[in-house]
Amino acid sequence: MARKLPKVDVVLVGVGWTGGIIAAELTKKGLKVVGLERGKERKTEDYYMVHDELRYALRYDLMQDLSKETITFRGNENIRALPMRQYGSFLLGDGLGGSGVHWNGQTYRFLPYDFEIHSKTIEKYGKNKIPAEMSLQDWGITYDELEPYYDRFEKTAGISGEENPLGGKRSDKYPTPPMKMSPPMKMFEKAAKKLNLHPYMMPSANLSESYKNPDGIQRSACQYCGYCERFGCEYGAKADPVVTVIPVALKSGNFEIRTHSNVRRILKQGNKVTGVMYVDTTTGEEIEQPADIVVMTSYVFNNIRLLLMSDVGKPYDPKTGKGVIGKNYAYQVMKGNAVGFFKDKEFNTFAGAGSLGILFDDYNGDNFDHSKLNFIHGGGISLTQTGYRPIQNNPVPKGTPMWGKEFKKQSLKYANRVLTVAAQGSSMPFKHHFLDLDPTYKDAFGDPLIRITFDFEEQDRQLAVFLANKCADVVKEMGADHIDSLKELGPYDITTYQSTHNTGGVIMGADPSTSAVNNYLQMHDYDNLFVVGASAFAHNSGYNPTGTVGALAYRAAEGILKYHDKGGQVG
Amino acid sequence: MTEEKKERPDLLSRRKFIRNTGYTVGGLAVGGVLGSILPLGTAKKNKEETAQNFNRALMYFTPEQYRIVEAATERIYPKDDHGPGAKELGVAFFIDHQLAGDWGFNSREYMQAPFFKGEKVQGFQGRLKRRDIFDIALRELNNHSQSVYKKDFVDLKGDEKDAILKDFEEDKVNITTISPSGFFNMLRSSTLEGVYSDPLYGGNKNMDGWKMRNYPGSQMAYASVIEKDFKKIKPQSLQNHMGK
Repeated sequence: MARKLPKVDVVLVGVGWTGGIIAAELTKKGLKVVGLERGKERKTEDYYMVHDELRYALRYDLMQDLSKETITFRGNENIRALPMRQYGSFLLGDGLGGSGVHWNGQTYRFLPYDFEIHSKTIEKYGKNKIPAEMSLQDWGITYDELEPYYDRFEKTAGISGEENPLGGKRSDKYPTPPMKMSPPMKMFEKAAKKLNLHPYMMPSANLSESYKNPDGIQRSACQYCGYCERFGCEYGAKADPVVTVIPVALKSGNFEIRTHSNVRRILKQGNKVTGVMYVDTTTGEEIEQPADIVVMTSYVFNNIRLLLMSDVGKPYDPKTGKGVIGKNYAYQVMKGNAVGFFKDKEFNTFAGAGSLGILFDDYNGDNFDHSKLNFIHGGGISLTQTGYRPIQNNPVPKGTPMWGKEFKKQSLKYANRVLTVAAQGSSMPFKHHFLDLDPTYKDAFGDPLIRITFDFEEQDRQLAVFLANKCADVVKEMGADHIDSLKELGPYDITTYQSTHNTGGVIMGADPSTSAVNNYLQMHDYDNLFVVGASAFAHNSGYNPTGTVGALAYRAAEGILKYHDKGGQVG
Repeated sequence: MTEEKKERPDLLSRRKFIRNTGYTVGGLAVGGVLGSILPLGTAKKNKEETAQNFNRALMYFTPEQYRIVEAATERIYPKDDHGPGAKELGVAFFIDHQLAGDWGFNSREYMQAPFFKGEKVQGFQGRLKRRDIFDIALRELNNHSQSVYKKDFVDLKGDEKDAILKDFEEDKVNITTISPSGFFNMLRSSTLEGVYSDPLYGGNKNMDGWKMRNYPGSQMAYASVIEKDFKKIKPQSLQNHMGK
């Protein structure tokens, strides 16, 4: 029998970006909030020895321990799903701050097109443009409605950037100026302009200068040390929940974080949730935390897994297309890129920052005509300089042996002479891409793992090659002596890193029969349950998702306060 | 802080960085690590200690296994005009030490049954740990060398070793318990790890792996070089942060 604790106003499941933002906003208004975090405490001092590629990038120091919990994967329903035994395609966060600690900090807004993608596609290209199997939906919110929340998140994180010439309208400029520009970025800018494209500096959470945010949190500028992705920031310059929103919540005196607290069930009675059951992983004790409001703020996979394990919401059935929990799982098409080898130029590519880069959106969203193309949407095309670390970066021109004398010679020659232009392709939802509980494999508690059923479609294959060719055009214009670019997108492969941009499963929308949450991320079926994160995305865009996740978290915080005051459906 | 310490160049990494870059906000240093940024120790260099490297001993391999790994990794990353190969860089020690810890035991990976052979895109589905795979594969490297050349792997000429390794890489060896190419890929990637990881792990001796490719290792900041053309920077390792 679980030990039952006194009831609180709000319990959060997971304390990363979404949990941190919601904790800060609710505690400011006097609500008592408990944050349950399955991992350990994290702080900037932890990263004293962070310039260690082996420990952090290859041995995944900051990531979820897969021996305790992983996911299973299959390409389609006719294949047996098998566990992801080792890391590859995406990296799951763990501990205070979650994946928000080891991210790069590339902080975008999605395009106005994204939020009304279904309506706008039909309006412009007709119904037949959308394949029968593609479960495309509007988001139940417009860009204009979400804009103030984007602005909030950008100001909290101190995003450094300049206006996207092809993006949605902004109510204000970025709070800090763009990052510094490296020589390779200048080459990209020049080449893109020559090709009549619209390059702009990547919006960055790495901080171009010291900055004090509206909550009074002060942080210092990025030092371009080249250790961002997969690493924590030793300066606190990279915005993460631990150095931005969590201190604000703690300062209120209304926030309690319990680390090593792994939530296993959402508890419910009738059409209300009543709290959660979690395990203190240091003692093994089961504890019940009752709350007036429950907010799911873990990563996409656990938001869905906990709903399904707790029998909350209607599970999605791919055969009928009915039900909503697990629906519209989407990912990204990251492999459309071009690698340029420069014989006579050497670059400082060992230096960099997670969101040091430049890009254009001429081939993103519906910024270009799709009437003669066999796909919709597109992707951002960028050159990033995130720190070219030596174990993971040994590119050699195609055809070079991958070991031995010639490999050594060529990999040393090109160690500082390679520039890559890469596309971040969007990912459309399909009826047969979904998440459910695995019937065979269990986590350390004996609970079922989440199962991914996903593969690339014709849409993705067309998109990847289209974008790769555009990347190659830029690399050519930049003057590369040799270019290797993607010629064909194979099947989705879980063994190679692509992006930790998994989305969907508890999607937002206006219609309860086709979506799980309203546009405040409140469950249609349970007024006092909010499910926050990229799980709400109805599809994934051609950008990094965290900007949109942050905006939705601010929106959800407002919805929770409304519910706290008046009750009922707030959307 | 004494004058003597101030002048020692090997003490500088973090301390000098703060002083010289004015890494402050409104005159006050901010950010958590900065509070603990001073070097941890002030121990003087002991000449004897630096001459003898106590890290050069085995945690897992038998001497025979060690010699096979040393010979094989040297073929993957050979000594040449650019500088030392895997052998001199200590890659076999690196791999030995890694197999003795978490990595060798696959301890942070999902190793629960049931085990099924899956599609390639579903990734590794074996039940064996890396240390078990190394045990089997090193024995099979010798077996294959014996069956082709009637010699142990370490006694083969360079191009003969390459031919044996290539047979593993291309799955031309018949082994039922492990995937020959899976082992080869693991050997290749752990060789690169040993060449280019921080010297604290036992490879990349003297930071020579980094020096060959002009990688500066662990530097506090590149804010002053990021906008400039390529410049060679003297590398430093994580040990610099210990103030030794």
